[in-house]
Amino acid sequence: MKKGNLQSRKNGVLITFIIGGIILLLNLLKLQLFTPAYKKLAENNVVRKEIVYPARGSVYDRNGTLLVGNQRSYDLMVIPRMVKNLDTAALAKYTDTPLDYLRYKLKRAKRYSRHLPSPLVKSIEKESGMRLLERIHQFPGIYLEERTARHYPIPIAANVLGYISQVSPSTIKKKPYYFRNDNIGITGVEKTYEDTLRGEKGFKYINKDVHSRSKGSYEGGKKDIKSTAGKDITLTLDANLQLYAEKLMQNKKGAIVAIEPSTGEILTLVSSPTYDPNLLIGRRRSKNYMLLEKDTLTPLYDRSLVGLYPPGSTFKLINALIGLQEGVISPSTSFPCSHGWRFSSKLKVGCHSHRSPLNLHQSIAQSCNAYYCYTFQRLIDRNDNTRINYGKWANYVESFGLGNFLNNDLHTGKRGKVPSVKYNDNRYPFSWKAPTVISLAIGQDALLVTPIQMANMCAAIANRGHFYTPHILSKVNKKSITIEQFTTPKKIDIDKRHFETVIDGMQEVIDGQKGTAKNARIKGIEICGKTGTAENFVKKNGKRVQLKDHSIFIAFAPKDNPKIAIAVYVENAGWGSSFGSPIASLLIEEYLTGTVERPALEKKIMEANLLDEDLDNETH
Amino acid sequence: MRRTSIFKHIDWVIVFLFFALCVIGWTSIYSAAFQEDHPSIFDRTQEYGKQVIWILTSLFLGTIILFTSEKLYTRFSWVIYGVSMLSLLLVPFVGKEIGGARSWFHIGSFSLQPSEFAKFSTLLLLSSFLNIPLINLKNFKNQLITAAIIGFPILLIMLQPDAGSALVYCSLIFALYREGLPAWYMWAIFTCIVLFVSSLLLPIPWLIFSILLISIAYTFTRNVKTRAKQIPYIFVAAILSILYSFSVEYIYTNVLQQHHRNRIDLILGKIELGSDIRWNLDQSKIAIGSGGFSGRGYLDGTQTKFNFVPEQSTDFIFCTIGEEWGSIGSFVVISLFFALICRILVKAEKQRSTFSRVYGYGVACILFLHVFVNIGMTIGIVPVIGIPLPFLSYGGSSLWGFSILLFIFIRLDAQRKEIL
Repeated sequence: MKKGNLQSRKNGVLITFIIGGIILLLNLLKLQLFTPAYKKLAENNVVRKEIVYPARGSVYDRNGTLLVGNQRSYDLMVIPRMVKNLDTAALAKYTDTPLDYLRYKLKRAKRYSRHLPSPLVKSIEKESGMRLLERIHQFPGIYLEERTARHYPIPIAANVLGYISQVSPSTIKKKPYYFRNDNIGITGVEKTYEDTLRGEKGFKYINKDVHSRSKGSYEGGKKDIKSTAGKDITLTLDANLQLYAEKLMQNKKGAIVAIEPSTGEILTLVSSPTYDPNLLIGRRRSKNYMLLEKDTLTPLYDRSLVGLYPPGSTFKLINALIGLQEGVISPSTSFPCSHGWRFSSKLKVGCHSHRSPLNLHQSIAQSCNAYYCYTFQRLIDRNDNTRINYGKWANYVESFGLGNFLNNDLHTGKRGKVPSVKYNDNRYPFSWKAPTVISLAIGQDALLVTPIQMANMCAAIANRGHFYTPHILSKVNKKSITIEQFTTPKKIDIDKRHFETVIDGMQEVIDGQKGTAKNARIKGIEICGKTGTAENFVKKNGKRVQLKDHSIFIAFAPKDNPKIAIAVYVENAGWGSSFGSPIASLLIEEYLTGTVERPALEKKIMEANLLDEDLDNETH
Repeated sequence: MRRTSIFKHIDWVIVFLFFALCVIGWTSIYSAAFQEDHPSIFDRTQEYGKQVIWILTSLFLGTIILFTSEKLYTRFSWVIYGVSMLSLLLVPFVGKEIGGARSWFHIGSFSLQPSEFAKFSTLLLLSSFLNIPLINLKNFKNQLITAAIIGFPILLIMLQPDAGSALVYCSLIFALYREGLPAWYMWAIFTCIVLFVSSLLLPIPWLIFSILLISIAYTFTRNVKTRAKQIPYIFVAAILSILYSFSVEYIYTNVLQQHHRNRIDLILGKIELGSDIRWNLDQSKIAIGSGGFSGRGYLDGTQTKFNFVPEQSTDFIFCTIGEEWGSIGSFVVISLFFALICRILVKAEKQRSTFSRVYGYGVACILFLHVFVNIGMTIGIVPVIGIPLPFLSYGGSSLWGFSILLFIFIRLDAQRKEIL
C-alpha cells in the first residue's frame, strides 16, 4: 500500500516537470510566433546606437579672421550583413570612386565585421554627398553618415594649423575616448589643442527599419547622450602678416618667425616651402600626403620649429651683452682688425675689409669678426679659468632661451645646441681654451638654434632683458586665457643699460652709414637688427661639401616700445642682407603701417627663385 | 578489470545530452560576446575561448569522478558537506564584492563561487541521510533534520546575499515528496505561491471572499461521512490563508527590497512601458521575439550584438539562442534539457539504493529549477533571478558545479549495472 503510493508519486514529479517544460515552450511560441507587437518591433525596428559627432571647434586669427572652419561632409558606410543585390558599378559611379577600390573596401568591411558599420568612402564633399543622399535607398545596407571636414578659407599656415586624420589603433588603445573611424589632430594646433577643439561625442538610440531608415528616436531619446560642441580657439597669428610672409618666401627655402615682444604672442610662423592646407582634407588627404612626403623640398618639415641652423653673426649681440655684463669690454672698447683675427698661422678667423679699429657700435653695425674673437677670448680665458668662465658664458647664452625646449604650445620643437663644458671636454680631451672654440664668438662651431628660438632671442633683446615664452593660443571661445607659463617673464641676468648699448649698435646696422643692412631702412620707423650669414656644410658622397650660406636677419621695431621681433632664415641665399634684411623690413612695414610702399623691392623678393640654383657650384 | 569496464555501464545518452548542451553554450557565448578584434572562437582572452577551457576541465573532472568509488560519496558525504559549508561561511569575509554580493573567492585571476559546489554536497548529505534504514519522512523529527540539512546552505547563501542561488535548494522539495514527504506540504507551498501573487493583484476583500468561497465549495465536495471530521481542518486552513494574505502586504513592503519588488511588479505587469526597470526585460523579450520561427541566423542577432541585452553571455544566454535560432533553436534546447531531466528521473527510479535514487531526483530537481527560472526570466514569466542556465551560461564555477553534480549521478548509475 505504502510502496504503491510512493511509486505513483514518481509520475507526479515527472508530470510536474513536463508541465513546466510545456509552459516554457508555449510562452516562447507566444513570444516568437503569436505576438504581433514583438514581431513588429523585431521585424521592422532595430534599435541602433549611433555616434553623434560634435562640430569641431573653429580656429581664428588674432583679428577674428577665420583660419579653420568646418564644412559638412559624408562618410559612405556599409553594414555587410544588410547588403542585398548591390549594384557596385552604380555606387562607384555615384561616389566617383574606382570600382576596384570599392570592391576592395567592401571585402575589407566584410572581413572586419558583418554586423558593424565600416566606412566605404570617407569624406565625400557636401554637394556630391547630398546628391548621393537621394539615391542611397537603392542600396540596402549602405548609408551616409554625416561628418564634418575641415576647410581653410585662406590657404596659409599649413604646418601651424596641422591636420586631422583617422585615429590610429595604438592611440585607441591608449585613449579609450576614441573609436575606430574617429578623427584626431595629428599635427599643429589640431594636435596641441585636440581636447579643446574636439568636444565630446554623443550617442543616440534610433529605431531603424530594415532599410536603415530612421524611424525616430528610441523611447523619445531618454537614453541618448548629447554631444558637446568643440570650443573655438583664437590664435595669436596675424593672418595678413602670415599670408604676406608666405608670399615673400615663395620659391625659397627657409623660415620666418615674428613675435610680439611685450606678450610673447607669435604673429607669424612660416616654414617654406609650404602647401595649401586644403590639400590634406577629405578624400584627397592620403594621396596628397604621399606627394608632400616624397617632395625633396620637404614641405611637411616645419623649418621654423625644428630646423636647426647656426645663429651666425646675429650671435655677436649675445657675446657683446655678456662681454659688457662681465666687464671685459665697454662701449668704447676698440679692437683692431686686418682681415680678421689671428691666433697662429694656422688658426685665424677672417673678416671682410673695413676700417680698423672699430668700437662696439661699429663692430655690430659692420659685423666685425675679429672684435668678437677678442671679446670671446677675454671672456673665456680670463684668469686662466677657462672651464668656469665658459660654464658661466653658456649659462648666459641659455638664459636667452637657447639650447633647450621653449615649453610652448606648439606641437613640436627642438632643443638646439649650446655646447657645454662637458661637450668640449669630450671633443677636445687634452685641453681646450677660447681659441679652440673661437667660432662660437661669431655664432658658428657646434652652436645650433631654431628660428623660433632666434625670434625669441630677438624679443628678449627688444624687451631689454626678459622674454615671454612664445605661444600661439590667445583665446578659447573668444575668452582670453591666461596660462602662467606664458605670462611670467623669463629674466636675463644682464643690466638694462648694456642692452641699450647693444640696441644702439643694432640701429646702426640699418641706419648707420656703413651698416650691413641699409636696405632694411623704412622712413619713419626705427628698426634695430643684425645680419647673419651661416656657413653650412653637407656630406655628399662622403665628402664634406660647403653649400652657399644661409641668409639670416633678426630685427625688432620700433626701437622704443617694440611691437614686433622677427627672425628670418633664407637657406642658401648668401649674405644676411641679400634676402634676410629686405624680407624682415617688408614684414615690419606691413605689420606696423598696414601697407608696403616699396613695390619694386617687394616684387624683386617675391619673384626671386632660389630653388633651381645648382648649389654645389655656389660655394665660396 | 572493473575499472576498465566502467565505460560499458555509463549512460551515454546523458553524457551526449551534457556534451551537446555544452557545445551549444560555447557557440552561443561566441555569438553573444563576440569581439571584432578577437575573431577566433578559441581566443583565450575572450569569454568564448575561456569557456573551451571550462568545458575541457569539466570533462576531465567528470572522467575522474567516473573512476572514483561510489563509497566516496556515500561514506564521506558529511566531510564533503562540511568543507562546502565552511567555504560558504568564509566567503562573506574573504570574498570580493561583485554586484552587491560577496559570493566569489578570488585566487589570483581565478574566481570560484562556492554556492555552485554547495549544491551537490548538500544533495549528497541529504541522500546519505535518507539512505539510513527506517528513516521516514512522515516522522516530524526526520523532517526537521532534513530541513536543517537543506536550510543551512540556504541561510549561508542568503547572507551573501544571493537569493537566486538559495532558491535553487527549494526545488529539492520534489525529491522529498518522492521519498514520502506528506502531500499537504506540496499543497501548502502551492497555496502560498498562489496567495502571494493573488494578494498582490487582488484587493484584500475580494481575496478573503474567494478563500471562503473555495473552502465552502471544497467542504461540500467531500464525502458526507468524513465531512464532519474535516471541517475543523478546512476552517483552520482558511483562517491561516487569510492571515497569510494580510501578511503578504507586510512582507512585500518591509522584508523584500526595492529591486525584489521591481522584479515582481515587472512580471505582474505593474511597471509601465519605457521605465528603466523594464528596459532590460523588454530588450530580452525583443531579442527572443525577433527570432521568429527560424531565427535571424547564427551570429546575425542584432539585439544581442549591440549590447542591448544585459549579461548576455551568462544569465541571459538564452536570448542569443532565441534571437539567432528562433523557435526551432529554442525548441531544440528546451527539448534537450527536458530529455536530460526526464532521463535522470527515469534512471533514478531504477536505482536499487535509496541513496542513488534521492541523489538522481535531486539532480533533476536542481536542473529543472535552473532551466525553468532562467528561461522563464528571459521571456518574462518569472521574476529576474540571477541564476545561470546549466551547461550553457558562461562561467567556470557554474559549469564545474553542474558537471560534478551530473557526473556523480552517472557514476552512481553505472554502479547499479556493475552490481548485476
